[in-house]
Amino acid sequence: MPTLNLLDIPLDVDAEGFLQQPEQWTEDLALEIARQNGIADLNDRHWLVIRFMRDTYLQKGTAPTIRTLGKDSGVAVKELYQLFPKGPAKLAAKIGGIPKPKGCI
Amino acid sequence: MKRIAILGAGTGGTIMANRLAKMYRRELNQGRLAITLVDQDDRHVYQPGLLFLPFGGYVPEQITKPRHALVSDAVEYVQAGIDRVEPDQDVVFLDNGRAISYDVLIVATGTRLAPEETEGLLGEGWRSKVFDFYTLEGATALRDALAQFKGGRLVIDIVDMPIKCPVAPLEFAFLADAYFTRRGIRDRVDITYVTPLDSAFTKPTCAKTLAHFLGEKRISLVTEFATGQVDGAAGRLVSYDERTVDFDLLVTVPLHVGQDYVGRSPGLGDSLKFVPTDPHTLQAKRKVNIFALGDATDLPSSKAGSVVHFQAEILAPNIRAFLEGRPLDPGFDGHSNCFIETGFEKALLIDFNYKVEPLPGKFPFALGPMSLLTESRLNHLGKLAFRWAYWNVLLPGHDIPGISPQMSMAGKRALTTTAKES
Repeated sequence: MPTLNLLDIPLDVDAEGFLQQPEQWTEDLALEIARQNGIADLNDRHWLVIRFMRDTYLQKGTAPTIRTLGKDSGVAVKELYQLFPKGPAKLAAKIGGIPKPKGCI
Repeated sequence: MKRIAILGAGTGGTIMANRLAKMYRRELNQGRLAITLVDQDDRHVYQPGLLFLPFGGYVPEQITKPRHALVSDAVEYVQAGIDRVEPDQDVVFLDNGRAISYDVLIVATGTRLAPEETEGLLGEGWRSKVFDFYTLEGATALRDALAQFKGGRLVIDIVDMPIKCPVAPLEFAFLADAYFTRRGIRDRVDITYVTPLDSAFTKPTCAKTLAHFLGEKRISLVTEFATGQVDGAAGRLVSYDERTVDFDLLVTVPLHVGQDYVGRSPGLGDSLKFVPTDPHTLQAKRKVNIFALGDATDLPSSKAGSVVHFQAEILAPNIRAFLEGRPLDPGFDGHSNCFIETGFEKALLIDFNYKVEPLPGKFPFALGPMSLLTESRLNHLGKLAFRWAYWNVLLPGHDIPGISPQMSMAGKRALTTTAKES
């Protein structure tokens, strides 16, 4: 498993940089990962989505899909795309320090 | 007397009814057990046939049968809509006012297409230049539109996952390429495949092979496109992040949701009306005497007929175990098996489960006769022969010789690409 050093912390990540151990995550890391992925700062709406992603993952063992996010997080799909361009579920998972959501097959 | 109620007489519900009728033949004869099967209508559609229908491969009569005729006589078939399940009372309320009490409930009501959830999808152009092919009506209307199509931009679009048979839209693209080639107008048709995923398919090993086919067949691929709006009048798809794809003919796979009665049943479903279910025993998380299989569940296994067949082989003995107070067998491994039509009378075959990605090799035995992840004519013939097997082997609840419910590594060349268990 690859290791990534962020803020001098060695992190277990997958090939695309998703944390494999959610307990290694901190809010400072979230800010750093967000910056590296083109989001200069995280506002309250970002944090709402990120915490919802993490809580769901830690409770259920799977991350919510974009549709579940749109229905349950209190942030509509259109806004999710404004907050996390391109792939909101993926990007919010990455910033939130949980493994990459698997596409439902 | 013990009562088993099964909701939904599609692939899963029909197989379960027939397997349980066989397993409990004596108890049913002696009046010690009763099985009731409920469905809102009496038309069973062989859904894999919907892929071929738009290209003239089948006529509707070849892929439909009355539901009741496919079910054992020992099972009571009730045709009625479902109002709701009350899990705390162990009762199902039907639209006609009847209440069915049960000792065991099996939810097999599948998934519903929800085109109304996408802005503009049901607006101007619906079923004149915007089509689905996941319903008999949509596939039939599309057949007529394709026959009239003289050239232009054909776009195949998946609105969002999960969908039934995740390879079907790709197969549709491959078959469209073959169809227009045969008609001699392929050079006048642009085919574009639009997906919300970051590649052509959900499973990486397979996505590579399939992307290769797309290139070879001159089908453009647009990825990470989350359809937010369909503008039928302008012939335009708009994504949530405001990218656009123009079309003259759109073949879309609308959003999938669970059935509405699941939403009306306290605690039975999640926010998409799918039923949270144990991935290995198939017991619903809501209550110990509720079980679910097939497309109605929230499981990460494919929403496909082969999956529900494998699940039924595990679930039938689990129902017996539950009624006898024995532990359940956590035997379902996510096994899925599907043919992928690639056009020109050829097909691929893939076989995988929760943990193992589709691998190359031979199937079902080390010597074949079918080949995995490789195009062959035999695979295509297998896909066609499957329609007979569906009506005559699968639905009656027989096992398929040589293919067990758990995935086998026999014949597979292991790349040991394993995904973390979900």
